[in-house]
This record gives sequence, C-alpha cells and structure tokens, in this order.
Amino acid sequence: MAVVTMREALNQALREEMLRDENVFLMGEEVAAYEGAYKVTKGLLAELGDKRVIDTPITELGFAGLGVGAAMAGLRPIIEFMTFNFSILATDQIINSAAKMLYMSGGQFKVPIVFRGPSGSAFQVSSQHSQAIESWFSYFPGLKVVMPSTPADAKGLLKSAIRDDDPVIFMEQERMYGNKGEVSDDVEFTIPLGVADIKREGTDATIVARSLMVPMALKAADVLEQQGVSCEVIDPRTIRPLDIETILKSVKKTNRVVIAEESHPYFGVSAEIGSQIMERAFDYLDASVRRVSGADVPMPYAKNLEELAIPGVDQIVAAVREVAYLD
Amino acid sequence: MRKRAPEPSRRQAGDKSVAVIDEEPGEAIDSPSLDQEAVKEAQKERLSGLDRATLIGIYHEMVLVRRFEEKAAEAYSSGKIGGFCHLYIGQEAVAIGAISAIRKDDYALTSYREHAHAIAKGMTPESVMAELYGKAGGCSKGKGGSMHMFDREVNFLGGHGIVAGQIPLATGVAFATKYKGTDQVTLCFFGEAAVNQGAFHESLNMAQLWKLPCIYICENNQYGMGTSLKRAMSFQDIAEKARAYEIAAEFVDGMDVLAVREATQRAVERARKDYLPTLLEVRTYRFMGHSMSDPGNYRTRAEIEQHQERDPIKLFAASLKEEGVLSDAEFKEIEAKVKEQVERAVQFAEDSPLPAAEELFTDVYANPIVPGKRD
Ligand SMILES: Cc1ncc(C[n+]2csc(CCOP(=O)(O)OP(=O)(O)O)c2C)c(N)n1
Ligand SMILES: [Mg+2]
Repeated sequence: MAVVTMREALNQALREEMLRDENVFLMGEEVAAYEGAYKVTKGLLAELGDKRVIDTPITELGFAGLGVGAAMAGLRPIIEFMTFNFSILATDQIINSAAKMLYMSGGQFKVPIVFRGPSGSAFQVSSQHSQAIESWFSYFPGLKVVMPSTPADAKGLLKSAIRDDDPVIFMEQERMYGNKGEVSDDVEFTIPLGVADIKREGTDATIVARSLMVPMALKAADVLEQQGVSCEVIDPRTIRPLDIETILKSVKKTNRVVIAEESHPYFGVSAEIGSQIMERAFDYLDASVRRVSGADVPMPYAKNLEELAIPGVDQIVAAVREVAYLD
Repeated sequence: MRKRAPEPSRRQAGDKSVAVIDEEPGEAIDSPSLDQEAVKEAQKERLSGLDRATLIGIYHEMVLVRRFEEKAAEAYSSGKIGGFCHLYIGQEAVAIGAISAIRKDDYALTSYREHAHAIAKGMTPESVMAELYGKAGGCSKGKGGSMHMFDREVNFLGGHGIVAGQIPLATGVAFATKYKGTDQVTLCFFGEAAVNQGAFHESLNMAQLWKLPCIYICENNQYGMGTSLKRAMSFQDIAEKARAYEIAAEFVDGMDVLAVREATQRAVERARKDYLPTLLEVRTYRFMGHSMSDPGNYRTRAEIEQHQERDPIKLFAASLKEEGVLSDAEFKEIEAKVKEQVERAVQFAEDSPLPAAEELFTDVYANPIVPGKRD
C-alpha cells in the first residue's frame, strides 16, 4: 500500500496490464512522447516502446474505429481520448461498431477494448470542453461504463476493464487527477466491474454519488452528521451494469435517498437509478427520491456562472435535509 | 510565386468548371521561398502597390494584437483569465493579412486560437478582453471565454473548440451566402492538425462539388499541441491535398503579411466571381506554448529562435522603414497608441461586471418553450 494520486494509480494500472499482456496496446493523442495531456501515461513510452504506446493524429473517429477493428482481430486496445468531449467525434464507432459487434455477429466477434480519458467538468473551459456524457454511453446495451472516484478504485477498476472482454467506457474526472489515496501495489489487485462500494455507512439517508460527487457527498455527510443526520454514501462505480441491489439494500435501511451527479438532469443516470428505486423499493421510501444535478445548461466560462452550474456540498446537504423533512 | 493547377488528366482543356489557377499542368504547387532576401524583395514589390493608410492600418493591427496578447498572458498569470488561453503570437500575419483582404460583411470562422482574428474582423479589444475575463461586457457575455468569441455585428462566427469543428460550419456559411445570392465570401481558419480530421476532407469535397465561396486557410504552424506535423501526417504538403478535390490551392509564406493578403485577394476574387473555394496553406510558427500550460519540451529553444528571426511584425516593420513608409517617430506613435488601446481594453474588462446569476439560464434556446402551452 502506498498513497498515490489518481493519475499515478491509473498509470500503474496501465503499466501493469501492459506488462502482463502483450496484446494490450495504448493509443491516443499525445499519449506517448508528451506522456499524456494529463500525464496519465507518464513513462510508458520509455518502458514499453512505440509499438505499444502510440501517438495518433487528431482523428478520433479513425483511431477509435481502428481500435475496434484491432480488438476484433485479437488485440486488446486501450484508446485514450484526450478528453471525453472529443469522444463525441468517435461515437459512431463506439456505438455502431463496438457496442453491437458481438450481438450482430451472433456472438462471434467480441470487442475487448477500453475507451478511457478525462470526463466531466474541468476548470473554466466552457461549453465544448466541460461536459459529463456518461448517460449517452450508459444508454447502449453492449457497452460497460465505469467511473472511479478514488485512486484505489481507479486502479482496480481499470485493470478489470482492460481484462474484460467487452468494450468498456472508462471515465476519469478531469478535476480529480490530483486526488490522493491508498492504493495496493499487488499486481493482482483488481476490483470487479458492476459492484457498488459503500463509501460511508449511515442509517438516516442514502446518498448515491459517482465520480466528482463522491468526495462532495462525503463532505456533505460530515456536515449532516453535525446536524444529527447519519448518511450512507454509495458509489456505484460502474454505471452499466448497475449494482442496483446494493443501492436498494441501503434505501430499504435508510428510507430516504438523494442522488448526486454533475451531469445534466434530463434523461440521465440519476433518472434511471431513481426510477429503479421507485419500482423496487417504493414501499420503503419515506420521501420522494431527490436528485441533485448539474444545471440544465451548457457549461458557461465565467467563473461565477460555472460555480452555479456544478452542484456542491451545500446542495447535497440541502437535498438530504429536504428528504429528511428537516426544513 | 507560381501557383499550379491540379493534375489535369481527368479534365478537358479549357474546362472552366474546375478551379484552374494556372494552365501548366502536373507541377508541384510551389513552396514559399524562405530566403530572407527574396522575401524582402517580394515584400517591397507588394508594398509599392499599396497606399500608405492601408499599410499603416495593417501594421497597427499586427502590433495591437501582439500587445493585446502579451497583456492577456499577464492577466492569465495573475489569475484574471481562466481555463485555456491559446496565444497567437508569431502568427499575426496570417489573420491580419487575410482579413485585410475581405469586406466587413464577409464572414470569418476560426479555431480556439482566435483573439487576433476577432480583433482583425472588427471586434473591439474591449469586448475581447472582457470575454477573456469572463465578464458581462465580453463579446459572448462571459459565457464563451477565450475559445468562443463571437460577434454577429461583424460576421465573426466564432471561435470553436473542437479541432476541425469550424470547417463544416464555414462550408455551410458559404453555402448560405450562395443560396441567398450574395457575393459575400467566408474565411475559414484552422490549424494544420485539423487537416487529419474527416471534417476537413468532407468539407473540401462538398465545397468544390457544390462550388461554395469558402476560403480554407490552413495555418500551418507545424505543431498540434506537442505533436509535429511530421509525426502526425503521412503526406505533409497540405496545399497539394487540394488536388484530391480539384480545389485551387496555394502555399503562402505566413510570416509575410502582404503575401497572405495577396493570396487571399486572389482567392476572394475566385469566390466572389465564380463561387469557387480555395485552400491556402499558410506556413507560420507559434512562438509561445500551445496554451498557457504547455511545458514545451517537444521543440528546442533554438528552433523557436530561428523562427523568431522571421517575426512577422519585425519583417514588415523593416520593409516599411526601408521603403520610407514610416519614420522612427511614427513607429513610436503607433506603439503609444496601441499601448493606450490595450490599457483601455484591460480597464474595460476590469470595470465590467460579472455576468448576473440569471444569465446561467438564458441563451439555451432562442425560442424557449413552456411545456404544454398550446397557443
Ligand atoms: C476533436 C479534438 N481533439 C482534440 C482536441 C485537443 N486539442 C486542442 S488543440 C489541439 C491541437 C490542434 O493543433 P492545430 O490544429 O495544428 O492548431 P494549433 O493549435 O496549432 O493552432 C488539440 C489536440 C480538441 N480540441 N478537439
Ligand atoms: Mg498547428
């Protein structure tokens, strides 16, 4: 165990899995010589060489599709998007090719590929560079979607994603690369996909949070503890497939739930989780499911507006107080 | 400088339906000469054809955007500007030369490296600086920031953050002007790395297929972030790629503001008269990092210095001086005037209020619909 940043934990996962399996290669913009726009791929070119760590032209649709083809032919590509904003250009290959290949080939062609990179809000980079699009990918059967919130989860989940035989969308959070935490250095350390983690136990209300919202939910839980409300914080970690059972179990215990996310509220992940809770635990609820989401607007540049667009600790606290009928 | 037509094998002699810039077939499109003396000579020749006010106007603008960006860099370092901030220093001759060749009602679209284009197109330094500051007085009300400058008044249709995103947009603007039957032209600026995106190739094909008055200006500064052109493009003569679409093309020396202006003028004529597109590959160099957070270890100091010897402002100043267009005192006057303009822009940005909180929710829809309302 050592305390490392999210960035380092991801780097370890990449390195270990590339050393473990020579069919794994890493491709993307600035991943090799520049060592990653966010330095996640630091040292990999030097250690593994340019056959395995490959700089691409700015041509997202092309190299995403190339990755899918290489996966069909037996390799295990890791495709880095400099940010997930640019994956939007590659969605045709991710959705029409990667997600559906196994199915439409009647089970013949699996696509073991990881599409990874930073996602969500960054710092004041405005509408086209600051967006959380996990609900898009989560919509499609055939894709798996992972969003870690701690360095340990990042490492363990990325290793599982690379070993997984299906296309995995692995979304890191741009603001969280510097966050620190304890991480195992056992090369066999992995965390299974599709298993939620209880980040904090509590009895009075459940907060379901992912990615950037997990540390905020934990802070909110601290604040609420002072106010006499004990919160359980659940991080699904994998959005698809979703470990709804762990969430339901918590809701049945606390009878109140707030779902926090930085993405837009409409047709999003929180809508799905909320709906499943209503369908399966309605009788246990003492209050309606409450969502805390990013503002339903493109991300503005101005700092004061940006702050208003991204949910924070205060909003989570207020929402929990609301479902606990404290105000 | 000679300009060559595309390979003519599939074309009938005298067929005017394809863009022909020169009758001699089969030769390579010439690269701009980087021979200092030759450049100077060429610039002198061009200079002699222009009136003094135009020359001074161009020079003034180049100095203005240079000083403007130096100030922006300072403001960024002191935390007044946030996010990404991509400076244009070293490339001024491209935006200013090209935009000096069009009318006010013509259109321009660019990438995120667009402060100079915005100002050259007629936006005030005040509104650009205030946008950088994220203030209500900014051209996009503080919502866009450095990468997303817009001004409807001067037909500046933005600053776009997705590499190559503006290329199909510009093609569409040109489509609209032709559709409406106006004689406006559209300038579309983008970096050389954008040429690797499908959007570039798809756009050029449509532009020539449908004869759209769009001028594609590739600002080849030799790097896309930390990746050199050589490491990212199999065939690096970008102007030559125009052959694949039978689009007229030229290589241009991007350090020579008047060369850029003249090449653009030729393209403008083709666009206004015959609704024909052109691809200009303008060879330039960025003196600063890709953005403010670029460590820059993908190139050497010596390489940068070598290009700085051909600093477009210095080159132009030298010609103006040698030809007696401007005296030392007049150079100083321009510097003083520019200083004042930049200070005014900063003052305006400082004084401008933050956007009101309600602004977060405005401008999402042009026609916000109240759900369920039937009339
Ligand atoms: C589709 C997309 N991919 C990646 C990026 C990140 N990015 C921003 S600028 C840039 C380099 C572009 O280089 P070039 O087109 O040559 O323009 P320059 O920055 O040199 O002006 C990259 C990779 C982006 N903005 N959009
Ligand atoms: Mg470039």
